[in-house]
Amino acid sequence: MAATSTRYILICSGKGGVGKTTLTANLGIALAKQGARTAVLDADFGLRNLDLLLGLENRIVYTAQEVLAETCRLEQALVKHKQEPNLALLPAGNPRMLEWLQPDDMRKIAAMLGEHFDYVLIDAPAGIEGGFKNAMAAAREAIVVTTPEVSAVRDADRVIGLLNSEGVKPIQLVLNRVRPKMMANQEMLGVSDVTDILALPLLGLVLEDEQVIVSTNRGEPLTLTGNSSPAGRAYTNVARRLQGEEVPLIDPSKGRQGLRAKIGRLMQTKIF
Amino acid sequence: MTLLDVINKLLGRQPASANTAKQRLQLVLAHDRSDLNPELLQQMRREILEVVSRYVEIDFEEGDVTLETEDRVTALVANLPIRRAKLPAPAPISEPSLENELSS
Repeated sequence: MAATSTRYILICSGKGGVGKTTLTANLGIALAKQGARTAVLDADFGLRNLDLLLGLENRIVYTAQEVLAETCRLEQALVKHKQEPNLALLPAGNPRMLEWLQPDDMRKIAAMLGEHFDYVLIDAPAGIEGGFKNAMAAAREAIVVTTPEVSAVRDADRVIGLLNSEGVKPIQLVLNRVRPKMMANQEMLGVSDVTDILALPLLGLVLEDEQVIVSTNRGEPLTLTGNSSPAGRAYTNVARRLQGEEVPLIDPSKGRQGLRAKIGRLMQTKIF
Repeated sequence: MTLLDVINKLLGRQPASANTAKQRLQLVLAHDRSDLNPELLQQMRREILEVVSRYVEIDFEEGDVTLETEDRVTALVANLPIRRAKLPAPAPISEPSLENELSS
C-alpha cells in the first residue's frame, strides 16, 4: 500500500494512567488480527511501557534513537510480534533523547514507518509539554482516551484544544473504565455528559475490567487471546470502527436486567 | 431533578455526585478554554455593568455575567434584569471621535 493511505493516529489523554498505552497495545493487536499492517510507535521516551504491555521487552535491540542517528536500519529496530506478525513495535529510545528530540524527528520516523504499514499508532506521553508536541507532530488524526472523572475530562479538553489548533483531525473519543453500576446510580459522569462536554464522536466505550490487569501482568493484550472479556471485546470493536465498520456501541445500562436495574432506571426519571 | 434526587433530599442524604461533577466541569472548562482568569472576568463584569447602568437601571442583586460553554464554544452571557430605562438617554461618548476617525 502506498504511503499516502497510511493512517497516522495519535493516542493521547493529557492525564496519565487513564489507559493510553493499554489502548495502543490492544488496538495494535486487534488491527493486526484484522489483517492491517500495523506499527505501534512508543512516543513516551521518558516513561516507556508499550514494550512491556505487548510482552516484547526482552526482544528490543535497537530503538528509535539508533534509527534517527542512522546507526541501524528501520527494519533492524522494529520488533515483530511473534503471534501477530502484522504488528511491529518501534521502541522508544533513551530518555536523554528528550533533550534534543524535535517534532521534525518524529515526522521523519512516522514517514519511514508509513512506507511499510497501513496504520501507525503513536502512543503519546502524558502531559501537554514538549514530549506530547513531538508525538502530535507525527500524527494526522487522534484518539483521545478519557475516563468519566473530572480530572481526566478536564485534561482531555486541554489536549483537544491543542489538537484543534494543530489541525489534527478527525479526533475521536474512547471512554475508558466505565462502571455501569455507578453510572446508573448517577455517581459517575454519564456517557452523554462526557461526549457533550468534549464535543467529540464516541469511537468506543470500555467497561472497567479486572482482566486488563491480568493481561498486562502477562504481557498479552486482551485482544490477542480472543474476546472473552468485556474490555477485550470493546477494544476489538474500536479497531473495527476505525476500519470503517459499523459496530453498535454497548449501552452501559443494558445487561442489567431484573428488578434492581428497573428501579435504577426509574430513579433516573426526570420528574421536574 | 430526578426521582433519586427527591428521595435523597427527603432522607437528608447528599444528592448523587454525577450532576455536581458535570456542573463543576462545565464551569472550570469555560475558564480553561477562554484563558480568562477570575480576576480579569470580575473586572470585565464590573465594567460591563457600569456601561449598561449608564443607560438603564439594573437590578445588581439579580444580575450576572458568566462564561458558558457548549460544543466547545465559550460564550459570555450577561443576564441583567432591567428595573427601568434611564431618561433622558445620556449622550453617546465615543461617537464624535469615531466620526473623526472615519472622515480622516
